[in-house]
Amino acid sequence: MSEALIAVALVWVAVSGTAVVLTPDPLRQAFVAGFFGLGLAFLYLSLQAGDVALSQIVVGAIALPLIVLLSLAKVRKERE
Amino acid sequence: MSRRARLVFFAVAALALTATLGVGLAGLPSFGGQVTAYAQMLNGLAQQQRRVTDVVSAISFDYRGIDTLFEEFILLSAVTGISVLLRPLSDETRELPEDKAPDRAIPPPSPAVWLLTVFLSSLLVLTGIETVTHGQLTPGGGFQGGVILASAIYVVYLGTNYVTVERFQPAPLLEATDGVGASGYVLIGLLGLLAGVSFLSNVVGLGTAGNLLSGGTIPLLNLVVGVEVMAGFAILASEFLDQTAVIRMRRR
Repeated sequence: MSEALIAVALVWVAVSGTAVVLTPDPLRQAFVAGFFGLGLAFLYLSLQAGDVALSQIVVGAIALPLIVLLSLAKVRKERE
Repeated sequence: MSRRARLVFFAVAALALTATLGVGLAGLPSFGGQVTAYAQMLNGLAQQQRRVTDVVSAISFDYRGIDTLFEEFILLSAVTGISVLLRPLSDETRELPEDKAPDRAIPPPSPAVWLLTVFLSSLLVLTGIETVTHGQLTPGGGFQGGVILASAIYVVYLGTNYVTVERFQPAPLLEATDGVGASGYVLIGLLGLLAGVSFLSNVVGLGTAGNLLSGGTIPLLNLVVGVEVMAGFAILASEFLDQTAVIRMRRR
């Protein structure tokens, strides 16, 4: 059972990582990167590393999208 | 360098990397195999020695507490660097956010979203405090709880507007809190020196495993790390938000 969970998590990480790289628009990339971070957190949780999974959730779903989106908003505003 | 020379250089380097990586990966233990010797020893020892049930926090704040001190100061210096980089320059001015159409104010946030923000941010503050204070018992700790506490302020911004969230995060208070958190870690470490043993020793009473106040200096260090991380991430968001919403080129 736990092997199935780890396998699902690894596939999720691989697919969403590729999707992040193949997304052309930075704004959409930020959302796919958040999904990728969630997959990483699920992988760490299925490998029974609770602290690391919590850290990944807070950084990958809260701090990173915030910084990326605010930077994109600033860059787009400058361009107008 | 011409393109061909670059490709040749890359091919040589890639070959060397493949060789070393292959040798290294072949020598790894099998996936999901045995627990290492250090982990087995700590699983047996940590509960009696430090009276904590979360061994990871015992490693972060006690056995390897000095590394966490360095990490906290990395975060502090990164936040300071961002504050310096994103300060208003001489050719920029600070104005409150306004709508693009000149004859219309920004539509106020709807009361339903405001109510949802009140519930969500209160819940996030509670969850953050719980994660910080239970660091020595359950997975979590100062860093994770600190970011959860900072995200309560992010939720306030998302549900309301810039003027409202600025009331919750006056810059001097955030910077003072960040400094208190960072210096608090060093001061708790100095308690060890004052007691006659080494820096960052666990010299406060250890208590019983499973209680909220157990592990000696571990809950204290969790607390100061949580305070520092919360203030650091709030400063981060506030600086980026100021750049986006408020600072703009000075019109001539």
